[in-house]
Amino acid sequence: MRLIVHNMLTCNIKGVVNKFPLRIEAEKVIKKDVDFNPDFLRHMLAKIEWKALVDGARSMGYTELPDHAPALESDEPFLKKFHHALLELNLEEGSLVCQETGRKFPVEKGVPNMLLHEDEV
Amino acid sequence: MKLKQLEGLLGDLQQFSNPKVELEQYPTGPHIASRMLFTAENSYGDITDKVVADFGCGCGTLSAAASLLDASCVIGFDIDPQSLETATLNAEELEVEIDFVQCDVTKLELKGQVVDTVVMNPPFGTRKKGADMEFLSAAMKVASQAVYSLHKTSTREHIKRAALRDFNAKSAEVICELRYDLPKLYKFHKRKEVDIAVDLWRFEPRQN
Repeated sequence: MRLIVHNMLTCNIKGVVNKFPLRIEAEKVIKKDVDFNPDFLRHMLAKIEWKALVDGARSMGYTELPDHAPALESDEPFLKKFHHALLELNLEEGSLVCQETGRKFPVEKGVPNMLLHEDEV
Repeated sequence: MKLKQLEGLLGDLQQFSNPKVELEQYPTGPHIASRMLFTAENSYGDITDKVVADFGCGCGTLSAAASLLDASCVIGFDIDPQSLETATLNAEELEVEIDFVQCDVTKLELKGQVVDTVVMNPPFGTRKKGADMEFLSAAMKVASQAVYSLHKTSTREHIKRAALRDFNAKSAEVICELRYDLPKLYKFHKRKEVDIAVDLWRFEPRQN
């Protein structure tokens, strides 16, 4: 699971208010190179929840992201860090944790399992 | 990439080894899949450089097609772990990057209209009644640009009405009508092959 996906996922347990973001508990992270596409990154900048991305990246061992996205989007060193965090960090094994209930959604072989139990629906 | 090349690559993908009838698991053939995604990109610009979600991805045929047409991010969602394993192998074979999420699409909650395009070949609702509508409703909640979906031609009026009235669609168009070849997959299928008339829809969601 990459952070671009993590930035979309919410806890869908019935009654939960604080659904986003899910906290990441990382057990195994791997890095996979992805082609750098600055136009796409600029397009994503507007849609990404920045704090969730920074916290997510930190949980996966990457601390280079600034606390706030800079005003100047064309800043290439920044875009490279954004690119790396968003697209090149892969959570292979770990959990996504609901901040409100503590429920853990397991991530195995890179695939998060968001299936709910019967009493959570 | 040319259509024929895309179709050829999709034809090499592994499909369901033990299809589950209650999930309506049928492969999306390379003929339909290639034309669906090719049209989405060439006529509407909905795939290249976009974030594309494949709802009910199964073995990942539509996801693979989106990747091969240079979507910048493709995410396949499915409930069945065996299919997701096959889809993962297919992505590795093609050397494309696809993210997968295991979930019940009808209960999925994403953080708003976070993908550009949803492509899907949803269940027709022959096992779980209304599944086709539930998938469409879910897709319309997460797409900001377009939803491409296959539905039985016999449901055309019903789908159009529901999309425009209940699912936040700005527009709902049948792009073309296809014949969906269903080979005899399950023991209860009497005929060797069955041909279903299917509409390829393009829906445009309103911005929230």
